[in-house]
Amino acid sequence: MERQNPLFTAFVYLSALLLAIIILAPLAWLFVMSISSAADLSAKPLNWWPDEIDLSRYRALLSTIENSAGAAFVASLLNSLKVAGMATLAAVAVAIPAAWAVSRTPTVSWSLYAVIATYMLPPVALAVPLYMGLAYLGLLNSVFGLALVYLTILAPFTTWLLKSGFDSIPREIESAAMIDGARLDQILRLLTLPLAAPVMATSALFAFLLAWDEFFYALLFTSDLRAKTLTVAIADLAGGRVSDYGLIATAGVLAALPPVLIGLVMQRALISGLTSGGVKG
Amino acid sequence: MNRMNGPDGRKGPHPMPGTWITTRAWLLMLPLLVVMIAVIGWPLVDTVRLSFTDAKLVGTAGGFVALDNYAKLLGGASFQRALITTTWFAVVSVAAEMVLGVLAALLLNQQFRGRTALRALMILPWALPTVVNATLWRLIYNPEYGALNAALTQLGLIDSYRSWLGEPGSALTALIVADCWKNFPLVALIALAALQAVPRDITAAALVDGAGPFNRFRYVIMPYLAGPLLVALVLRTIEAFKVFDIIWVMTRGGPANSTRTLSILVYQEAFSFQRAGSGASLALIVTLLVTLLAVAYAALLRKAAGAS
Repeated sequence: MERQNPLFTAFVYLSALLLAIIILAPLAWLFVMSISSAADLSAKPLNWWPDEIDLSRYRALLSTIENSAGAAFVASLLNSLKVAGMATLAAVAVAIPAAWAVSRTPTVSWSLYAVIATYMLPPVALAVPLYMGLAYLGLLNSVFGLALVYLTILAPFTTWLLKSGFDSIPREIESAAMIDGARLDQILRLLTLPLAAPVMATSALFAFLLAWDEFFYALLFTSDLRAKTLTVAIADLAGGRVSDYGLIATAGVLAALPPVLIGLVMQRALISGLTSGGVKG
Repeated sequence: MNRMNGPDGRKGPHPMPGTWITTRAWLLMLPLLVVMIAVIGWPLVDTVRLSFTDAKLVGTAGGFVALDNYAKLLGGASFQRALITTTWFAVVSVAAEMVLGVLAALLLNQQFRGRTALRALMILPWALPTVVNATLWRLIYNPEYGALNAALTQLGLIDSYRSWLGEPGSALTALIVADCWKNFPLVALIALAALQAVPRDITAAALVDGAGPFNRFRYVIMPYLAGPLLVALVLRTIEAFKVFDIIWVMTRGGPANSTRTLSILVYQEAFSFQRAGSGASLALIVTLLVTLLAVAYAALLRKAAGAS
């Protein structure tokens, strides 16, 4: 058997080490940059580990002193939370009844394909009218307007995830309750939705991450601290004349922290969600 | 349709007519449909209308110019160049992600210590926001202080620091590497889930029958991998064809437009130059290309499903 072959075992461990390095090296470097002094980062040859750990940028970015870099960063962080939160809530709210209906009603299941098809649309196909529409409604540069636009991505996506979630709950349970005389609203409230709670939580989490990650619409439709999201703030830092690369790296670490932590903690649920579409196909 | 059947086609004590079931379904879908029409349906229709006008983004509503926008764009050098750049980006990055993803999945499907931890690590690049990934690689490629220059110099592989993103010859490749690093772990996780569905006794039987590693991969494992990988291929290709974020943050389409993909070109046309009409027609051409890709893949998927 191949497994007992020591050469093969050595090959497996070497490859695993290589893969771990490929994955970790860029991330580790982002973190090291965030705690290195500016002098360490511009040294030649480069200092791969700082002589002294410098946490000043974390303090600077998380400070709320007016007109500081920190105030701008914290404002964009709050904007990202608001936009992603509102868009996720709205998307889940419209997706739950629709997903249940599609899951339980074969005669309308074709409509789901229309919903999924919109998910493939490039955002540029909608951007110009959305810009003009938001301008007309006075919703440019507003977290509310941006959350509304995010529904173009989040609503089809959550409907699709929730539909496959409802599919996995046997409809016989609902029929049995109906035979016992329960009304539809009682069945949904007391039976189906509690059973679907884990799927709804995963879908909401996915939607939130998607909104947290979004950049294109945020770049187009926000212009200052009132609505600018974290992704736009970081792109500004990266593209601007900021001479302290450590500050850019720190902003990156802070922006990456929530999704990375969610990813690690929710690993199992996320992996099964990510792969279910692929494996069932 | 039997009008007296319940939702699952059985007669219950509360018979519900099929038409009511269907009506109820549409009512439950109404909020979603209203939202979709407001934020997707209407803008899409309006993009089509705008594409036949010379409207500006702000101010003039513009007049009807029939197919002028399309004719100018399709014959123009910038569209053709952006199409080639986009195709190259999509083909190379998706192909590399598929190969790296399958290799990583084959590795993670072996038994070794630390396997669970390594699999957990794979979620990290996926979870990293696209803009943070782009920023990180921009710093790594930095011409004066970047880690890539430092590492290659210290290893003696290059003599002097290079401007990886500043040279038209290397910028697109540098972008593809950054994109691959973020996306191959997702392909790996999908492939790994498929590999774990291969029954152990089948691989064992192939081994007993004397099948070599290549034949086992080709004839025993590949049939299980093909479906999920094809789905991953479809989704990744469509994503790569629409690419905007990573390019905007790392190069903004430069240097010398060498990384200007179609989405970047639409952005410049519609928003930088404020030519809404021309931008809309370009956006629709991109949409049409993505749709063609999706339809071609759907046919491929159906054929694959029929074959297995």
